[in-house]
Amino acid sequence: MAAYVPEDLHYSKDHEWIRVEGDTGIIGITDHAQQSLGDIVYVELPRVGDTFAAHDAFGSVESVKAVSEVYAPVSGEVIEVNESLQDEPEKVNADPYGEGWMIRIRLSDPSEIDSLLTAAEYEDYIRQEIE
Amino acid sequence: MKLTKATPHITQNEDLIFERSRRGRIGYRLPELDVEEAPLDALIPRELRRDDDLEGVPEVSEVDVVRHFTRLSTWNYAVDHGMYPLGSCTMKYNPRLNERIARLAGFADLHPLTPEEDAQGALQVIYELQEHLAEITGLPGVSLQPAAGAHGEMTGIMMIRAFLDARDGKRHGRSVMIIPDSAHGTNPASAHLSGFKVKTVKTTPEGLTDLDQLRELCATGDVAGLMLTNPNTLGLFEKEIREICRIVHDAGGLVYMDGANMNALVGWARPGDMGVDVIHLNLHKTFSTPHGGGGPGSGPCCCTKELEPFLPVPRVVRDGDRFRLDYDRPHSIGRVKAFYGNFGMALRALAYILTHGPDGLREATETAVLNARYLAHHLASDYERPYDAPPMHEVVFTDKRQARKGVHTLDIAKRLIDYGFHPPTIYFPLIVQGAMLIEPTESVGREELDQFIEAMRSIAREAEEDPELVRSAPHTTRISRLDEASAARRPILRWRPEN
Repeated sequence: MAAYVPEDLHYSKDHEWIRVEGDTGIIGITDHAQQSLGDIVYVELPRVGDTFAAHDAFGSVESVKAVSEVYAPVSGEVIEVNESLQDEPEKVNADPYGEGWMIRIRLSDPSEIDSLLTAAEYEDYIRQEIE
Repeated sequence: MKLTKATPHITQNEDLIFERSRRGRIGYRLPELDVEEAPLDALIPRELRRDDDLEGVPEVSEVDVVRHFTRLSTWNYAVDHGMYPLGSCTMKYNPRLNERIARLAGFADLHPLTPEEDAQGALQVIYELQEHLAEITGLPGVSLQPAAGAHGEMTGIMMIRAFLDARDGKRHGRSVMIIPDSAHGTNPASAHLSGFKVKTVKTTPEGLTDLDQLRELCATGDVAGLMLTNPNTLGLFEKEIREICRIVHDAGGLVYMDGANMNALVGWARPGDMGVDVIHLNLHKTFSTPHGGGGPGSGPCCCTKELEPFLPVPRVVRDGDRFRLDYDRPHSIGRVKAFYGNFGMALRALAYILTHGPDGLREATETAVLNARYLAHHLASDYERPYDAPPMHEVVFTDKRQARKGVHTLDIAKRLIDYGFHPPTIYFPLIVQGAMLIEPTESVGREELDQFIEAMRSIAREAEEDPELVRSAPHTTRISRLDEASAARRPILRWRPEN
């Protein structure tokens, strides 16, 4: 099944997405990532107030196959965490760009967004990865 | 088509032992009292007794228990059934001679608190095994205390920490442990638990540690050490191991080797000669003691002379022709396990080493590597290998070709069960998408290897011609696919009558 890649998001090569809203951004993992991981059974997220530099691991997702780290696509401070994933990690599989969101951060350097991939570039990137 | 099955499956399901309980049924009969009956309160204070008459404990007869657990045991697959090619696990045959030695009453019935002078034989076994492991690894300091691999890892990392504290003072600021992205998950766990921050060094397209990145990571001055598996988890020998050790040493760090893959090296290459400072061995992998089913495991730590003062106490040492326990080691990290490690495993490992001798150990290594290369060669036409270099004792394939037909690694693994084989390690190492890590060990003969190759090829054909057959496997087991996701998300960990 081909992975869904929404137009309006920015993507990292580690398969995270970020939706920019003003000086904040919502972060989650992509449809391609959740498909590769398989059924997700546990999500470990940071606390509000934690800060991360771009490419730092901010949490991890555990699927029936393995535990994988999740990386911050850009730098920032965590201002909101999707607590509902504690009890319903399956939301990441069912709706990775919606109810399966992970954290909201305050961007410390909005210009970092420019270094991320566009939807078209990310689609090319995952196609190459598969081939 | 005709399946060649190596093991039968019992098809009936089985009640839990709790569901077999019938009130009042007992599995024992006590003889008549031949002493005067005393009130229970006089013997055991009331507050120390449970007052529910063991409510909830199954009431069953002896034969109920024996048959229940014997039936359950037939659902299992074991090294005594056949090839068990779990990569990175070295599921080799456990020689029966080892078991016989471990059951000798003089060893098996020895109390761990027996005074040294009455336990000379047992102490000699520990001492001699230490000497053999020192010779095999090229590292003179040995402790048999750690109970298994990850425990050995943590012991080694704690020793590195203690060494750095002693050498550089407690404020040395060496807080980083470098670990390759192909490592066993226990490596970062051991480093983290010992208070280190983990930094990852990447694997090159050739499947080896990226030396340039290692140099960069070592340039920051805060490196405590490197944890490296060799051969690495891709089954490839780190050819630049001497250079790797030199880079880490020049930066003031130490090199820890994860000895999980020592079955590829025993008798041919010694970690001590490569520049490694400390290693753990898995007696339950490389040295043929039971693996799985509770083992128990055994993960001895071997180290350089410089690290020896930091080994756990007590050490078993030799004074002339006497052996004793030495607790007087002020730099020791302390005790890491009750008593002296899993002693029964030390006996079995010593029996393995002595029955093989140097030539036999070398031959076992040679055969383990030859078997993996034989598989790599004969499966190359049907399965893709992510790295081309000749493998050591294990070989990794991917599901890339089969995935085009919608057949993935998990499906291939499940289908292998229909052919009577235990599946290989799957989805590890993490850096290989759809990894199948196959380690045949030296215990498999040519005929069984050929049978395994034929099974894998047949599954590759099925994936082309009838992918659904593979996707819905296994078809010949008592139950087919388990709902692993629900089991992990909402596990039921306790039986209750109302369930």
